[in-house]
Amino acid sequence: MTTGVKSRLHAKTRLGDRLFRSSTLLSGVIILAVLAAVSLFLVLQSVPAFVAPAGSLPAGATNFWDYVGPLAFGTVWAALLALIMATPVAIGIALFISHYAPRKIAQALGYVIDLLAAVPSVVFGLWGATMLAPAAQPIYAWLNTYMSWFPLFGGQASGTGRTILTAALVLAVMVLPIMTAVCREVFLQTPRLHEEAALALGATRWEMVRTAVLPFARAGIVSGAMLGLGRALGETLAIAMVLSPAMVYSFLLLTSINPNTIAANAALQFPEAQGIGINTLIATGLVLFIITLFVNTAARIVVNRRKAYSGND
Amino acid sequence: MNIKKCSTPIIVAAVIASLGLSSCAANENSQAASTAANSTLSGTINGIGSSAQGAAQTTWAALFQTANPRVTVNYDPQGSGAGRTNFIAGATNFAGSDAPLKASELAGTFAGCATNSKAIDLPVYISPIAIPYNVAGVTALKLDAPTLAKIFKGTITKWNDPSITDLNPGTMFPNANITVVHRSDDSGTTQNFSDYLSTTADGVWDAPVSQTYPYQVGDGAKGTSGVVDAVKNGVNTIAYADESGVGSLARAQLKVGDTFNTISAAGAASVVSKSPVATGRAANDLAITIDRTDTTANAWPLVLVSYLIVCQTYSDTAKGALVKAYASSVVSGQAQEASALRAGSAPLSPELASKAQAAASTIS
Repeated sequence: MTTGVKSRLHAKTRLGDRLFRSSTLLSGVIILAVLAAVSLFLVLQSVPAFVAPAGSLPAGATNFWDYVGPLAFGTVWAALLALIMATPVAIGIALFISHYAPRKIAQALGYVIDLLAAVPSVVFGLWGATMLAPAAQPIYAWLNTYMSWFPLFGGQASGTGRTILTAALVLAVMVLPIMTAVCREVFLQTPRLHEEAALALGATRWEMVRTAVLPFARAGIVSGAMLGLGRALGETLAIAMVLSPAMVYSFLLLTSINPNTIAANAALQFPEAQGIGINTLIATGLVLFIITLFVNTAARIVVNRRKAYSGND
Repeated sequence: MNIKKCSTPIIVAAVIASLGLSSCAANENSQAASTAANSTLSGTINGIGSSAQGAAQTTWAALFQTANPRVTVNYDPQGSGAGRTNFIAGATNFAGSDAPLKASELAGTFAGCATNSKAIDLPVYISPIAIPYNVAGVTALKLDAPTLAKIFKGTITKWNDPSITDLNPGTMFPNANITVVHRSDDSGTTQNFSDYLSTTADGVWDAPVSQTYPYQVGDGAKGTSGVVDAVKNGVNTIAYADESGVGSLARAQLKVGDTFNTISAAGAASVVSKSPVATGRAANDLAITIDRTDTTANAWPLVLVSYLIVCQTYSDTAKGALVKAYASSVVSGQAQEASALRAGSAPLSPELASKAQAAASTIS
């Protein structure tokens, strides 16, 4: 087979085409450049914290990993709790809107849920600290007295209710609108043919949802959950105002001694930080950046495995 | 569409209304016209610093700007650390800080000051630290320093512990856990509280004094308002907080010497004025080493002093004149009374105010 040089055919490009192409290229490059600049800033500012001698780090930590370990644990733990609480509710609301509710109620409900996404984090923080925590405190005291056999409900119950469970509840409420919106869209994409076939074969509405809608939407639910997880991992002010923090690894849900999250810790300590303290906080930000990158990559892999059903192609 | 027809008169009315209303600026005060006419100062000075001073600085800036209408004073309460860093870098003309400049900071150079000029600390804000509590049925609470230290360290865990009931005969305490509330963010209030307990609590408080709360006990809350909210909304709670933020919560009495003293602005100010100025610093640097063992009547040694950090000599003489005028205004009786009213601080005692006034007049 001859491998001659093929002459490529070029379409005649007009000025408008060239302008449009270069502006889209520029936008892409700018995004990459900004991302590179942020990463470079994080890495350069973090290096002094990685090599800092013992005793110079804040909170008396001996090395950086001792300082960031409880914070990273707290970030992931709080986000996980929030996700566990929010996912079933989000799926339920989305199912209700897409398959069970009359059209008018469905539209109104969708609108109200989207409105929840517009509430600023500070308001959630204030609500959590002044209304939710005091209201939840008697419940926590009861759980701690009567259900302390359950490992997560042990320890000494908090007197103010400002525990990681309250913070996770606030996070769950904040994450709900995003997850509901994504799930709702995916459920509405279910092929009508599949749904009608299930119904024609004698399935009840719930069985139809279980066999035709949910398997189809699995990748979409996961991507919605990952979006919510991303928001929960980075939430700063709401956690800083609601949570009572300490530098510990703890799974207990009802006590005053809770692991703090990276973002909330940075928000709390930055005003008084100086010198190596600032470098340490930026380094914890780098760790959060890496955690979020990791979570998003994992989500992409899960979604791409089910590419046919994710609505991407 | 009808919208086009109706919109024109509405737009015209809106433009006229906005032009008319924009001429009513909130910071113009015709009453000060007489004193303002004498002021020749003009320009802008910027400061960053302690959030504890935030409300007071707003009051002082308003007073100063009324007397000197062509001057603008901006204060950003980002925190003492940010304040000191920015002042050293020359980004601001003055700083508000809950702690005086450290030896390592004084050894360096100050970008905004003239060459070979150091910076000085002027005490401008005295805040008593209160001990609010919220226990059902307890209207008066008397504590001494060792008991206070044990409560906040977590050694005493119940309200009806003998150490507490011995100090308060006749009060019924519930058999309930004590919920301690402390600051989760680094703060000068925590530092002064730790300093007081480490000096007076007979060795119970053994952690090193720092802005971070050292023990893992009770709740951590963000800012004075967070702590006070937690005490108000929680059960069987006790905390330490700036007096200005405590509001209507009950406050504990502290044993000073042989008597149980109630918190008072005058008591706090008297402790500060009797405390010695730190040695080994520049002549006009009034960093104070607070005497926590002061036992005179009505003294309240649980107090925080916040400073105004300024250059001794500024590289820009115009800014120097503005900062000198502002600093003199801040330590004056009128300004201190105003901040006592608005921000809940304790006014500087006359002796301390005159020392600070003398130091402020050396700024150039």
